[in-house]
Amino acid sequence: MMKKARLLATAMLAATAFGAAAQTGPVKIAGIMELSGSGATPGTNFNNGVKLAVKEINAAGGILGRQIDYQPVDDQTNPGVAKALAQKAVDDGAYVVLGPVHSGATLVAMSETQRGEVTNIIGAEAASITQAGDPYMFRSSFTQLTAMPKVARYIKDTVKAKTVAVMFTNNDYGKGGRDAVVKAFDALGIKVVADIPTDPLQVDFSAAVLKAKQSGADALFLYTLEEESARALRELRKQGWDKPIIGETTAVSQKTIELAGDAANGMVGHVGLTVDAPEPRIKDFGQKFFNEYKYKSEHNGMKGYISMYVVKAMTEKIGKFDSKALAAAMHGATISADKNPGVLMDIGFDKNGDIERESFLIKVDQGKQVVIDTLPGTVK
Amino acid sequence: MNNKKLLAGLVSLALLLVVPAFLKNYGVYLFTYWAIFVIANMGLNLTVGYAGQKSLGHAAFLGIGAYSVAILMKAGFSFWLGLPVAALGCFVIGLGLGFPALRVQSIYLGFATLGFNTLVWLVMRNEAWLTGGTFGINGIGRPTVFGLDLGRNLPYYYFVLAFALVLAFLLWRLLRSPWGKAFTALRDNPIRAESLGIDIQAYTLLSFAIGAAYAGVAGGLLASLVQFIEPVPFTVGASIMMYLMVVVGGPGYFLGPLLGSAIGVLLPEWLRFAQGWYLFVFGIAVVLLMLWLPDGLLSIPDRIKARRLARDAAAARSAATAKAGA
Amino acid sequence: MTDFLQLFLSGLATGSIYAVAALGFTLLWQASGTINFAQGDFVMLPAFMMLGFASFGLPLLVAFALTCVVSVLFLGWGFKRAIADPLLRFGMMPVIVATIGLAIAMRAGIRAGVSAEAQPFPSLFADRLFHVGGVTVTLADVGTLAIALLLVFGTQAFLSRTVTGRAMQAVAQNTDSATVLGINVPRMIFYTFAINALLACAAALLVTPTYLAKFDMGESLGMKAFFAAIIGGFTNSRGALLGGLIVGVAENLAAAYVSPAYKDAVALVIFMLVIMFKPEGLLGRKAERKV
Repeated sequence: MMKKARLLATAMLAATAFGAAAQTGPVKIAGIMELSGSGATPGTNFNNGVKLAVKEINAAGGILGRQIDYQPVDDQTNPGVAKALAQKAVDDGAYVVLGPVHSGATLVAMSETQRGEVTNIIGAEAASITQAGDPYMFRSSFTQLTAMPKVARYIKDTVKAKTVAVMFTNNDYGKGGRDAVVKAFDALGIKVVADIPTDPLQVDFSAAVLKAKQSGADALFLYTLEEESARALRELRKQGWDKPIIGETTAVSQKTIELAGDAANGMVGHVGLTVDAPEPRIKDFGQKFFNEYKYKSEHNGMKGYISMYVVKAMTEKIGKFDSKALAAAMHGATISADKNPGVLMDIGFDKNGDIERESFLIKVDQGKQVVIDTLPGTVK
Repeated sequence: MNNKKLLAGLVSLALLLVVPAFLKNYGVYLFTYWAIFVIANMGLNLTVGYAGQKSLGHAAFLGIGAYSVAILMKAGFSFWLGLPVAALGCFVIGLGLGFPALRVQSIYLGFATLGFNTLVWLVMRNEAWLTGGTFGINGIGRPTVFGLDLGRNLPYYYFVLAFALVLAFLLWRLLRSPWGKAFTALRDNPIRAESLGIDIQAYTLLSFAIGAAYAGVAGGLLASLVQFIEPVPFTVGASIMMYLMVVVGGPGYFLGPLLGSAIGVLLPEWLRFAQGWYLFVFGIAVVLLMLWLPDGLLSIPDRIKARRLARDAAAARSAATAKAGA
Repeated sequence: MTDFLQLFLSGLATGSIYAVAALGFTLLWQASGTINFAQGDFVMLPAFMMLGFASFGLPLLVAFALTCVVSVLFLGWGFKRAIADPLLRFGMMPVIVATIGLAIAMRAGIRAGVSAEAQPFPSLFADRLFHVGGVTVTLADVGTLAIALLLVFGTQAFLSRTVTGRAMQAVAQNTDSATVLGINVPRMIFYTFAINALLACAAALLVTPTYLAKFDMGESLGMKAFFAAIIGGFTNSRGALLGGLIVGVAENLAAAYVSPAYKDAVALVIFMLVIMFKPEGLLGRKAERKV
């Protein structure tokens, strides 16, 4: 009898010791990133943001005393590969999965992380991702459905345009944005008089710009990727477009400005995240990123950085490494930037995994983003 | 077939059946992905390796097959209706693609197929009412076999493997038949083949059609594997990768697609340690491989044999001269 | 009408860019039977080389000159010796695959080694606009077209008026006869590769300000160049010019008057029509079938 009890006690002791050991080694965080293929630029930047955060957090002692073991893998901007990698991450016992950034890859990978009950913070922006009822899915940037109404309101109230031409990139990102903005325009009574799809990697915008001019719109809403935006802006200037040009995130990003040169001046845009925001924490981040990677970060880099710090902040809040509990805690949570400077701005998650946060209206002046207004989030 | 080959075949079959049972989800998924590409590349090997045509648009058929199955399944039809439709559709379209092949040769044909691929991709991307456009089609189901649901990865792997084995057997029979000889005649010397009474036109069209049908089946299986499709995996880049897989494995060798697909699918896995450089290493590896083995990896045994024969012949020659000289 | 003219002139500018890339491709095929799938990347690499040289403070034209030297060495001589020479005797497939591999390696190498993002590239021309009859053209448009025409006609003149050029043509038409005539065939072929490398550098200088230097800029450029070359006529260097201009203009017109979403299909459709009805290209001569 005694022998059995002693055996049991030893077993329990061993189990707890073992359990404790499992809770002190490095914590695995998987990254599914587009490092090649058409999504390589956002993917690489997001990944760099995450890596910077991991470096800082580990140097400061890790999360709850455990170092982060961050393993990024390349999904080649291929949904089939992303799905496989998501399965692998779940198999390997990852605590949290960060990424993908490409919307198509995300739609596939999310079913795997959902099945594996692993919290998944993504960089993608397609609206449908948080409408599928996946309790483990969280964004790091606004869904297009949140961002577009803000832009539409600006166009209605400040620009006072009654008709708009919409130029967008014909891929999942661009189409999603276009659908969202058209919906927002309809809701405010602004008429879309030209609907102009363009291709990723498109070089010649003369036909597209011509269409915009012919439509006689009061303003142009530009929702294309960085290089295409630069080319579009140059063509607009060349053909003498003198009406307002409004963009969202990519069209007014630092990269676009760098590539478009003077042609970008005067453009106004809404950005959820910009390294040029007049906030000391953000400027700090911008400097650290530049020191590490020798180039200026854009919004994807910020998304990656913030995501990792969100994981840190929320894990510390629940006090343990339980992915299911983490997801449950994140719904409806608010993270204060004062207490967790890594998240750069106060951030809140709603029940769908969408975020709410301040955002900025910027104007491009002399080749720089100048913040002209801060739009409040609904974060308490 | 001699005993050595038979033994090797049985051992590989055993491995294919047993190994995945011990792998986790990810490994099984990878094996399934590989098997699907083996099917598609068997078709491409027929067109390119055996019939000598330049087909650089094979991913288009993979896509057509995938979308056919996806659209039909989402509309409520069974997988077992979708798959034959995919195969038949690709067969017919493949016949159509063969027509330019009759007018133009070699590199022009290559570009024509490339153009075809881009056209198909554009349709996939633009016609959102049919294909979901850039958002693709999500939530594709898995088929059921005799009431058995293939939702989990391992059963689905065996399902795909069964298809691969059956299709491989069919191809093997085809190649052993007079048709197979006609295809190789078409590749090696089309003019002589014509003079021998082989209907060049018919066989050219057939090589495209059959190759396309195989890719169509593979595409259907792919749609149910990933359960989501979008136009991205069916671009010209993908076609070129498949072409690489066939050439690297060994065009005109029956097991070439097996090896080539393994390299194409698994190599990025092995090279993961190289981070961003793995594609660079892959590209260089392809160049070096071509320089060393222009006939693909499976030409190694033939080369060794040829070298041995040459050495024996040289030895025989020198022995003969020695004897003659003496 | 002005809209049509605007599109037409923009198309000419874009088309001349395709033409320069197509020209080298055509020459290479004619002289040595090499299909260079990495042609677009042969334009991409010099673009980055120029940026590299410029980052040391060298002015653009000096960087261009240095790049030309390096390109002739690696993309001309190196490419010929390492890849074309050993593989051509095995037929077209190994060369095609090897150049595909080369293209993949070049793209991946730049992406991993330099940057995944687009880089701005200084333009040869000042940023000036001209308004002519309601139509706007940039100095760059005019300049690119002029230089492209110069390059094409210059190459044509070189090939038909100089002894070396004629020798190169002889090699292209019949290698064996050329050897018998005492022409140094390997050297003539090398000259072709060298000219291809130089044309690629020129294309890079003209194209990259608009295209922006990015690791994958060669992909679509190469594709359009292939189609342009074949449309114009694979056996004729002026064909490359015609093909390029046709593709450039047609794309623009189709984007405006038909459907912007199917812009890329235009080059394909023209290509398909040409090979169905005039397979030797618009300016090409019919190639005899060698039995």
